[in-house]
Amino acid sequence: MLEPVNVSLESLNLSTLAPMLIPIIGALLILVIDMFKSGLHKTLYVVISLLFLFMDFGALADSAGVFMQNGTVMGVFDVMLIDGLAILSQFIIVVASMLFIPLALTHKRFHEFSYPEFFALFLFMISGFQFMVATDNLILVFVGLETSSLALYTLIAMHNRDKSFEAAVKYFTMGALAAGLFSFGSMVFYALTGSVEINKIATVLAANNYADIGYVLVAVVFLLASFAFKLSLVPFHTWAPDVYEGSSAAMAGYMSIVPKIAAFIVAMRLFEFLIHSGVLWLEVVLYAFVVITMTAANLWALVQTDVKRMLAYSSVSHAGFVMAAILIGTTQSNSALFLYWVLFSFTNLGSFSMLWMSRQKHLPDHQRSDHSYDKFAGMIQTAPVAAVIMALFMLSLAGLPPFALFWGKLYMISSAVTGGYTVLALIMALNSAIAGYYYLKLIVYMFMKEPVVGNDGHVYVANATLSLKTIIGVAAVGTIFAFIAINPILEFITSFVYNSGY
Amino acid sequence: MIDHILSILIFFPALAAMFGFVVQKDSIRAYGVAVATIEFVLSLWLWFAFDSNVSGMQFMEQLPLVPSFGINYILGVDGISLFIIILAAFFTMIGIASLTDTKNVKNMIITLLFLQMTMVGVFAALDAIVFYVFWELSLVPMVYIIGAWGGPLRVYASIKFFLYTFAGSLVMLVGMLFMAYFYYQATGQWSFAILDWYRLILPESFQLWLFMAFFIGFAIKVPMFPFHTWLPYAHGQAPTIGSVILAAILLKMGTYAFIRFSLPLFPDASVFYMYPIAVIAIIMIIYTAMVAYAQEDVKQVVAYSSVSHMGVIILGTFALNVEGITGSIFLMIAHGVVSGALFLLVGVIYDRRHTKMMNQFGGLAHVMPRYATIFGIMMMASVGMPLTINFVGEFLSLLGFYQQSHILTLLAGIAIIVGAIYMLAAYKKMFFGNVTIEENKNLPDVNKRELVALVPLVVITIWLGVYPKPILEPINNSVESIVQLMHDKSITQEAKSRIPNLIEGVEITRTSAGEAH
Repeated sequence: MLEPVNVSLESLNLSTLAPMLIPIIGALLILVIDMFKSGLHKTLYVVISLLFLFMDFGALADSAGVFMQNGTVMGVFDVMLIDGLAILSQFIIVVASMLFIPLALTHKRFHEFSYPEFFALFLFMISGFQFMVATDNLILVFVGLETSSLALYTLIAMHNRDKSFEAAVKYFTMGALAAGLFSFGSMVFYALTGSVEINKIATVLAANNYADIGYVLVAVVFLLASFAFKLSLVPFHTWAPDVYEGSSAAMAGYMSIVPKIAAFIVAMRLFEFLIHSGVLWLEVVLYAFVVITMTAANLWALVQTDVKRMLAYSSVSHAGFVMAAILIGTTQSNSALFLYWVLFSFTNLGSFSMLWMSRQKHLPDHQRSDHSYDKFAGMIQTAPVAAVIMALFMLSLAGLPPFALFWGKLYMISSAVTGGYTVLALIMALNSAIAGYYYLKLIVYMFMKEPVVGNDGHVYVANATLSLKTIIGVAAVGTIFAFIAINPILEFITSFVYNSGY
Repeated sequence: MIDHILSILIFFPALAAMFGFVVQKDSIRAYGVAVATIEFVLSLWLWFAFDSNVSGMQFMEQLPLVPSFGINYILGVDGISLFIIILAAFFTMIGIASLTDTKNVKNMIITLLFLQMTMVGVFAALDAIVFYVFWELSLVPMVYIIGAWGGPLRVYASIKFFLYTFAGSLVMLVGMLFMAYFYYQATGQWSFAILDWYRLILPESFQLWLFMAFFIGFAIKVPMFPFHTWLPYAHGQAPTIGSVILAAILLKMGTYAFIRFSLPLFPDASVFYMYPIAVIAIIMIIYTAMVAYAQEDVKQVVAYSSVSHMGVIILGTFALNVEGITGSIFLMIAHGVVSGALFLLVGVIYDRRHTKMMNQFGGLAHVMPRYATIFGIMMMASVGMPLTINFVGEFLSLLGFYQQSHILTLLAGIAIIVGAIYMLAAYKKMFFGNVTIEENKNLPDVNKRELVALVPLVVITIWLGVYPKPILEPINNSVESIVQLMHDKSITQEAKSRIPNLIEGVEITRTSAGEAH
């Protein structure tokens, strides 16, 4: 007979689950509302989602307060791990989601937002991401990853265009492969160490002094490939541009930020202890990943004819840039990762929202894709304010001071310098220069070319509603005045990262 | 108010530009002139309040920006930056005043005012990151001016300009981050303040690398041979106002940065690289002078002559003694005035004939006597005739470098003769002989608006050529303190001997006191 297990409820620390449960409750509520009365307007669901995200934010702020007092908190049989990384990344996830969801309130009607399931899935996805970052248990990471990914595939497919189905299926196939690789890698680690918790894996491996280095490398290869898929590192990036093109611009912007930060956190937890323990091979491979991803994605972005595809490749390049932080692995570089991603999410969401605002339902004859460069020709003459804002986002993405992303780049390159990666710092700097070209290309079209005949500028604000304008305004103000906020953000992030031991 | 004069000088044009969106299109020119005049008066007030006996920084301002990473908003001027700031304010003013009819004149004037903010910011910043912010930000308005109002190849020219400079300055940024990191290692604190960096003595091997990182950024901006290829395109395609500002102010950012960063931070590396850079500078002087001789487009002649003169400035800077550096700073101002005026003059004829080809002209002295006179004076100044402003700067620069190397100075002196050849040839083609082309027979002479811009430049050219002391003295004081700093900081024997010690008297008494004991 097995002994009955005695666990006091207090030791479970159930409050650690609160931030993840809030969006789940919200999602269920949306489904229940739909059961009672269907056909309600999307504004209702947007506002409900927003409310629950605000509550989620409140719960996060609460756990941030607990972290500042007591340090890292474990809960639910030590499966949940609420440390500084978990809290910071959840902040990014929730705030980016709050900025994303009002984009559903477009002027034109789009298919996906008429389903309440869209919003329910959206909230499920957020809680999936939150689980993923708030644990160091590989199984829970897997569960979080799959919950969120499955929801995301569906969200993409709901955009109801041929290309969207293609994108969703492509993403699904790649995601399934990545999931397989992830579970296989975890399995090898479990076989080696008898644990699925990253800190225990680290302890056991260190205790026997990496005797089974061959098996460790096998596990790392599989996990690395799986994360490379999720983070769209070259050469596992091939899905990214197609998926971004197929999904709506708003969704593409969201995808370039939130899923990636979640994957970065897990990668940070997993790979940094391996690099620090002197697995040289991993360092070399990551170095190659970082350099190739940055450079190759930049070169592909140069030749794109569609702004959205260009931004897709540029997001891939930015992911490579940020991956350098995990390679460097100092407190400064990890803080730089968060700083960069906070600033990047503002800027990138802003620029994708600008595309979203100009989304047409039917393409005119001269335009081959949704957001071809030609469409933006001479925008300064027909829609000056929109053109200036778009240019602002482009300059910020290019890393031109004093706009938001410059400070992220500055701190990231500085962390490379401090960490002793001089060549990497130079490569990062030169890649920013290459990237300057394709961002400038859009500015050239907007400011220096003549508009296409018959374009009266209405197209750029075709979808504009108050909520879209608000989001873009928030992003633009954040981009311009970032330099005021850098110091408090940096201090906050550094203290959180430092106190979690990274 | 005088305590914050630098912040006002920087942000007043930007604020005015923002309000400029409200001003009605027909009144925007008057608005621009008014704003630029106020700015110029403020800059004169700065000069008036400036104490020319003090060699250090004045009107310092400090605000924390990202204190945890050592980035602060620090401003200040000394004799080196003061006159370039005034020059920037002056050229923006006459640039806007002489602006001919352009399309989208409102956008142009607002862009110019933003450009002025970045220009003043670069020369007033005493924090490397603040300096970098303005340095990079100055690209955006210039790219827009070239790209939106330029000639047929304007997009190509503007992108080339942007990418070249952007790539160079990112390398410089890495160098800055290294400097801050070394400062952190030495003191345990991050700092990007230039005056803090001045106190840091680096080993020679680090100096050599960091010097190169900064050099790439600055050399592209100057532009030094072989990085100069963007400049003829930029000048060739830019509208008149763009060329004027580019030649008069933007190029000075590079040479100014050499004096502000490279020399005092890396004295040993400066000595180490002195000869290679001097050789590049002389190649730049001679080669571009020869290229200028081969041009058929008068604007290209002026553009290449501008590169050629920048070579003399570099040569003076890397003389590493007081005469050379003072001369190079004076020449920066002189070159700003003269080449700015020449570009304005080319603009005058372009507005009338819509061509810049010299074979389309000839005999203009008969048709436009006043224009020919002003052009003649400016051409003489550009050649470096005594009693004009350029002569003082060129003479001092070469005098300074003569103490380092006789042969190289001789070569540079020859180049000035080549300069005389191409300039006189160009003048001959345009102004002498008979009027052969029908359209040229009835060209109107310079009008009032153009005279407003040109006459002050002529006055300055001759006034400072005859009596340069009011400007030379403050420059000299600040340069002396920089040279002394370099001497004190240098480690190698070579550098100690190349960079003169200005308070030698003190050292002698110290040694004699030692002997007495």
